[in-house]
Amino acid sequence: MFEATPLNQRNDTRQKLFRFGLGTMTGLLILPVVLILGTLIYKGAPVISFEFLFTGPTKGMTAGGIFPALLGTILLVLVALIASVPLGIAAAIYLSEYAADNWFTRTINLAIINLAGVPSIVHALFGVGAFVIFFRFGTSILAASLTLAIMTLPVVIVATRESLQAVPMAFREACWNMGATRWQTIRRVVLPNAITGILTGVILEVSRTAGETAPIMFTGAAFFLPLLPQSVFDQTMALSLHLFVVSTQVPGMPENLPFGVALVLISMVLLMNSLSIALRMYLRGKKKW
Amino acid sequence: MAGQADRQAAELAIRTQKLNLWYGTFQALFNIDLGIKQGIITSMIGPSGCGKSTFLRSVNRINERLGYVRISGSIDVMGENIYDPGVELVQVRKQIGMVFQRPNPLPISIRENVLFGHRIHTAGRKSSKNEEDDIVEDALKTVLLWDKVKDRLDRKATALSLEEQQKLCIARLLPVKPGILLMDEPCSALDPKGTEAVEELIWELRGRYTILIVTHNMAQARRASEECIFMLMGKVVEHTETGEMFVTPRHKETADYIEGRYG
Repeated sequence: MFEATPLNQRNDTRQKLFRFGLGTMTGLLILPVVLILGTLIYKGAPVISFEFLFTGPTKGMTAGGIFPALLGTILLVLVALIASVPLGIAAAIYLSEYAADNWFTRTINLAIINLAGVPSIVHALFGVGAFVIFFRFGTSILAASLTLAIMTLPVVIVATRESLQAVPMAFREACWNMGATRWQTIRRVVLPNAITGILTGVILEVSRTAGETAPIMFTGAAFFLPLLPQSVFDQTMALSLHLFVVSTQVPGMPENLPFGVALVLISMVLLMNSLSIALRMYLRGKKKW
Repeated sequence: MAGQADRQAAELAIRTQKLNLWYGTFQALFNIDLGIKQGIITSMIGPSGCGKSTFLRSVNRINERLGYVRISGSIDVMGENIYDPGVELVQVRKQIGMVFQRPNPLPISIRENVLFGHRIHTAGRKSSKNEEDDIVEDALKTVLLWDKVKDRLDRKATALSLEEQQKLCIARLLPVKPGILLMDEPCSALDPKGTEAVEELIWELRGRYTILIVTHNMAQARRASEECIFMLMGKVVEHTETGEMFVTPRHKETADYIEGRYG
């Protein structure tokens, strides 16, 4: 009565085949990550040292460290964050909590999605035209950071809007019915409950910003600068551009040095991503509704 | 009956005249003329989609959030038309508290939930801790919750049982000193025991507040209200004393609905 029929057997074979096939494909996904990280660690780890991280390059960049580039990347990201985070969060709050659902709002939303799809080299050229030339910032940290900020603005807006919309409508109705204004509701209930998502979005933005090359290449990052930047109107070195330079532009480069630069850059990004995941898990554990 | 005479003499807490309401092109309410008496419990019954919740939600103007709602006619609360241009929405909402189908405590502590309304209306002047303690105790005692939660006021409100959450949602309205409480099927998410407890509480609040309660539960309307409104397809069919409606309904539709022939 309960023996397998030929049809059962055929279905069973088929399902095993697909489980194996789909599993293999998933396994293949990990392969590039493992290969890239493995190569970087294998070849790059030997050059990493305290000196490598905290001194400047010497001998036409074929020796010494990467400190100006490391510091430059941190500065670029920081200034970009200062510009894009308040603006992005403000815009997201307006779009999610105040704006009526009409053609104007829909146009803005469409514009944000399109902004996210613009290639980074186009952002770079916009940055040259707008910040370097029109606003006369010159090639500087400020111009490069503002270019990065515009590029990452959609990420901040979308992440913030999504976390705001994840806060249940019932909370807002509860507040409005006690006579709270929209702003009191946002300030006391919506934002405290959305802050995890917003932070996660911001941190992901940091990691994306840190790795960008094209937008800063023409707007503020330099091949080689012996001096550290003194203000946001100076140019700076940056890890991503430095990696490009030492990998392709300098003859007689020791083989391991570019791998070391790449390892530092990717560690920064991974560190940020793990921080964001950890933060999200921690705060999600505390949240209950 | 002296009580009845008193009631008739009492001012109307809510009075609507020729109230029509449209969602876009769909008309949800037709020429509603209602007078809800002050200090008593009035229940609204009727099949789903008959407009009871819509009516409730226009009394505290929460419907406005939906941009496509249009209204004609007037709603007077305590003698003032709340759709008058000079009316401050925050004052309307303070006067009229609302309890929802699903309990919606804020994800903060029990104490903070009770104080939320009080705090947003006393911004700038911070109340002393004693003052706040009194407010919390008063409100929670009124909703018969004090003894259960007095030792865990700092716990998250969302960890309470649904019945306790719903009571807390009522308690949270009281420090703002509303005159009217609107309840949109306040017991439909609760089990029979919770329903009984919340009904008991609603009965307890009678006299101090004007209560308008929408319900799908005929037995509840009969047990827990003094006057009853029967609505059908956006119109008021009948509005009488509850006892009278359930014993001698004046309209055939009312009788059919009460006896469960449709719904």
